[in-house]
Amino acid sequence: MTTIAPPADPRLAEGAPATGPDGSARLRATLWTLGVLGAVSTGATVWLGIWVTPPDKVQGNLVRLVYLHPGVAWVALYLAFGLAALASLLYLWPRTRSLVWDRLAAAAVEVGVVFTACTLISGSIWGRPTWGVWWAWDARLTSTAVLLVLFLGYLALRRVPAEPHVRARRSAFAALFAAVDVPIVHFSVLWWRTLHQGATVLNPTLSPEIHGSMAWTLLLGIVALTVDFAWMLVVRYRIGLLEDRLGAEELDRAIDARRAEGGAA
Amino acid sequence: MWRDALLVGGKDLRIEARSRVALAQIAPFGMIVLVLFAFALGPDQSPLVHAAPGLFWVAVLFSTVLAVQRSVAVEAGDATRDGLRLAGLDPAGIFLGKAAAVGAQLLVLQAVLAAGVLLLFGARVVHPWLLLGTCLAGAVGLAASGTLYGALSAGVRLRETLLPFLLLPVVAPVLLAGTRLWQSSLAGGAPDAGASWMRLLLVFDAVYVALGVVVFGPLTEAA
Amino acid sequence: MAPAAPVPAPALFLRGAVALSGRFPLLAGVDLEVAPGEVVLVEGPNGAGKTSLLRVCAGLVPLASGTVRVLGGDPADVRTGVRRRIGLLGHASHLYDDLTVAENLRFAVRAAGAPVDGIGPACERVGLVGRLLRTPAGKLSAGQRRRVALAALVARRPELWLLDEPHAGLDASARGVLGVLVAEAAAAGSTVVVASHEPELVAPLATRAVTVAGGRVVADRATPRPVSTAGTGVADVA
Repeated sequence: MTTIAPPADPRLAEGAPATGPDGSARLRATLWTLGVLGAVSTGATVWLGIWVTPPDKVQGNLVRLVYLHPGVAWVALYLAFGLAALASLLYLWPRTRSLVWDRLAAAAVEVGVVFTACTLISGSIWGRPTWGVWWAWDARLTSTAVLLVLFLGYLALRRVPAEPHVRARRSAFAALFAAVDVPIVHFSVLWWRTLHQGATVLNPTLSPEIHGSMAWTLLLGIVALTVDFAWMLVVRYRIGLLEDRLGAEELDRAIDARRAEGGAA
Repeated sequence: MWRDALLVGGKDLRIEARSRVALAQIAPFGMIVLVLFAFALGPDQSPLVHAAPGLFWVAVLFSTVLAVQRSVAVEAGDATRDGLRLAGLDPAGIFLGKAAAVGAQLLVLQAVLAAGVLLLFGARVVHPWLLLGTCLAGAVGLAASGTLYGALSAGVRLRETLLPFLLLPVVAPVLLAGTRLWQSSLAGGAPDAGASWMRLLLVFDAVYVALGVVVFGPLTEAA
Repeated sequence: MAPAAPVPAPALFLRGAVALSGRFPLLAGVDLEVAPGEVVLVEGPNGAGKTSLLRVCAGLVPLASGTVRVLGGDPADVRTGVRRRIGLLGHASHLYDDLTVAENLRFAVRAAGAPVDGIGPACERVGLVGRLLRTPAGKLSAGQRRRVALAALVARRPELWLLDEPHAGLDASARGVLGVLVAEAAAAGSTVVVASHEPELVAPLATRAVTVAGGRVVADRATPRPVSTAGTGVADVA
């Protein structure tokens, strides 16, 4: 009744799909396209932002931060975080479960942390001369800071070594738990702020008037930063892919070695 | 699910009744936090009264981390977490039971800390029911999210340091809502927008209880 | 195959089972079938994968690839309810140190959905009586903890017994009791899988011996039919 036939080759369920040679070729092509687009659009934004657009009446050259700050914030708070949440959900959904989504979520968060930090730093640099302080307990600032801590927690969890699918599942759950919290944090911080005292930091007279070349530069800046984000995302994704492939090869060797312990093969 | 929840919750509370960790260690820790705050803010009564709601909720949050870690540790000795899985208990039931046990302990902790705040800081209660309701809603949310994060960190090395890092930013809304509602229920606070803060707290509760019931199985199985 | 009854669904069925711990393969492709009522001895050197095999069968360790079916269901899926019908006596006793022996047993048996009136007789069988029942589990010796775990197993009356080094830490009298209990369980139609380094203790009961090495089954032979389980209609072993 019992068979001692050689067992079916135990391939890991999802080692194979994304590791095909065509996959990496496509990745490389994407990487080149995004890299060139990113370099051109970023260069154009820098040129327009520094040499072409005029300084602001009130803020002077400081206003040029408007070409950087909103774009960085858009990428960090919406694009990176949204992508990480979506990819985590797709991993948890049994029918779409694949380490592809795990790698994508990890890449999005890792790059997102950099962009979130840049958001806070550029906001801080802008805030010091305009508001007179490096940090203000403004609703948007505060919820961005909480988001950064949530992101960092996710990365700390990922650093704990584990089997790829165990880590992927754990991280995806952590992302999910944090994601459902984000709107609640947002509203609580908003009310906390507005109910405490009237908004004083976002003085409307300091807001720059945006028109003409400035608007176009602002828009281009957002596009450039989005492309830069995509490029970094793909680079990070590719590193994750190569790491996983290396791990899978090690696993194949480990299984062979394990079988050799038994003497039969 | 309810049967398993009762069984697991009763078991955890019985363990607490025998070991007295929450009462003999976590509650005194919370009190020490309150006293240290008083030292930091100086002996004048007025800043203490003003800060009382916030200090209370910060102390509750720190105590929650300890209570959750204790709840996780109960299942870590002698592989009892495996025991729960081997028995074929409904994961949603395990979640509700463990969360209910943590919640019950948090209510006791809150009672101790509230007494401390009222006595040491000289705060006066104007709306006792609002105060109670806030404590209850806060305990549910903290217990549910804490149990969820406790399970997430259970199999992870270095969970002692990881858990507060993951949990505390997530429960920040409970701190904000709890503090505002307490300010409304204590003398001298403006009774503003209490309803919307309570709604926020209840939404937080509902989200994390529902999340726990749905995902506790996939989270703890196949670890 | 059993000639009288239609072919029974195997109590245990593994095909190409691979289980991982991190990047280390605990099982590297196990094929095994055990018919209901069999008493199977699992042998093998330390680190061969015996414990992992039993943990996979109990649903504690998910498979990375391959198939496992226990009592017709997937033990890794708690919703199938097969875990309630499996009893694993492993290295851990799953006891809460702060609770008494009686409380631990009551919780374990109720959690598995078994009737609590089986606890008393089970305790007597394994020699847990009197003051010992009211002792916190944290104060017990290693051997006494094993006895409590054994009592919980007996009280649960599982259809599949998975025993991992059951004799470790038990004294002579407890080993004798264990032998009798296994024989009774087999006579009552339960399937028993025993991983042991002391085959002479299990051999008198076993209908079959399986050797595990390197995370695979490398040998499988029938053992002489023991007297105690004769006449239970156990399927022949090829």
